[in-house]
Amino acid sequence: MVQGLSRLKESASQTAGPYVHIGLTPNFAGISGVYERDLGATMVNDKTKGERIRVNIRVIDGADSPLKDALVEIWQADAAGIYNSPSDLRGSADPNFTGWGRLPTDMTTGECMFETIKPGRVPFFDGRKMAPHLTVWIVARGINIGLHTRMYFSDEEAANAEDPVLMRIEQRERVSTLVAPRDGDIYKFDIHLQGMNETVFFDI
Amino acid sequence: MTSSRFPANRTPEIGAFFQRDRNWHPPAFTPAYKTSVLRSPKRPLLSLDNTLSELTGPVFGHNILGELDNDLIHNFAGPGESAIGPRILVYGRVLDERGIGVAGALLEIWQANAGGRYRHKKETYLAPLDPNFGGCGRTITGEDGSYCFRTVQPGPYPWPNGPNDWRPAHIHFSVFGHGFAQRLITQMYFEGDPMIWRCPIVRTINDRRAIEGLTAALDMEATIPMDARAYKFDIVLRGRRSTLFENRIEGN
Repeated sequence: MVQGLSRLKESASQTAGPYVHIGLTPNFAGISGVYERDLGATMVNDKTKGERIRVNIRVIDGADSPLKDALVEIWQADAAGIYNSPSDLRGSADPNFTGWGRLPTDMTTGECMFETIKPGRVPFFDGRKMAPHLTVWIVARGINIGLHTRMYFSDEEAANAEDPVLMRIEQRERVSTLVAPRDGDIYKFDIHLQGMNETVFFDI
Repeated sequence: MTSSRFPANRTPEIGAFFQRDRNWHPPAFTPAYKTSVLRSPKRPLLSLDNTLSELTGPVFGHNILGELDNDLIHNFAGPGESAIGPRILVYGRVLDERGIGVAGALLEIWQANAGGRYRHKKETYLAPLDPNFGGCGRTITGEDGSYCFRTVQPGPYPWPNGPNDWRPAHIHFSVFGHGFAQRLITQMYFEGDPMIWRCPIVRTINDRRAIEGLTAALDMEATIPMDARAYKFDIVLRGRRSTLFENRIEGN
């Protein structure tokens, strides 16, 4: 026998289910008066630094239908590439930018639209710079454990070409599943859960 | 969002998180839970060590909390009213895999009422709404990772999957740790409920011990006599590596 490591096991994930809105966006669900506003609904204010953008996200199932009961969270650096988190020891983030947003997909269209800013570049763990990106996390009925992916920007071709995470994708044609095309100030990011265009998801 | 939960004399940890044990968690594709069939990625996940994008995460100050946020018996009730159902306290700690309490973790919960009915427009169960019960609550863990909230025990309810599938009584939990890689949503079940082992959603988890880890224990010592029973539910988030002696490669 040897000494035990005394480690615990992570609590197992369970689906967020069809009623996730009650807990995470109660005002959207029509439950008013408990919380003043839904957490994560606003990421920016008038003083936020950086280029204002909008990000339209859909989550599409294996029958090509957008999910109308999904919940999407994004997490990103500020315009200077600093995260608004005590764990980012490189400096202070823009105090007028939360870096974190949360929205339900629309119950009719399946879309959600984040109003945010374009993030700066953040270093990879070996010091190389990653291209600007959003971390995207998706939960919904039928998803047993939250899905983690990234959105990159179509107008950052040079940065994307040297991004150390994108470079790790063996099937090069799949890189495009993480790059959102730009139309005006809107980036449109369609996340495909299955099929020929299945989005690259991360175990990270 | 503030950094107030880190006292000035404590530097946040920045080591990478332990690899997630994907055999312990439910797989994406679980055909007995039918909705998963078209919503489960089929390709392998891209694995890589955490970057700053996952090591960091949003934090929430206690200033976001209202006085009744952790009291579901009263936070939606009319003046002088309260929700109907067995009154319970749910308490415990948020720990990481090293057994260290996670301070400042935001917990958000939601649940059905005592009759098994959710306050949601997509809900069709014939059990009635309770006019004094909304079904959401939240709290933030203290320095040692501890938390507590008050609610009514939710009821079991039927759901469209098989012709006669029922969910065991459960409370949904959403948890933020210190890094976005720790983000977790799970469900709490109640000790002794025979519906747990029949449920296709519970059974998306393959390891019995992982299910037992989601089952809260009745704790008579923590009850409030003549008022509310208590259930203890600890939540474990991913642990993180120590950065002691780790080579730091900068700028090459």
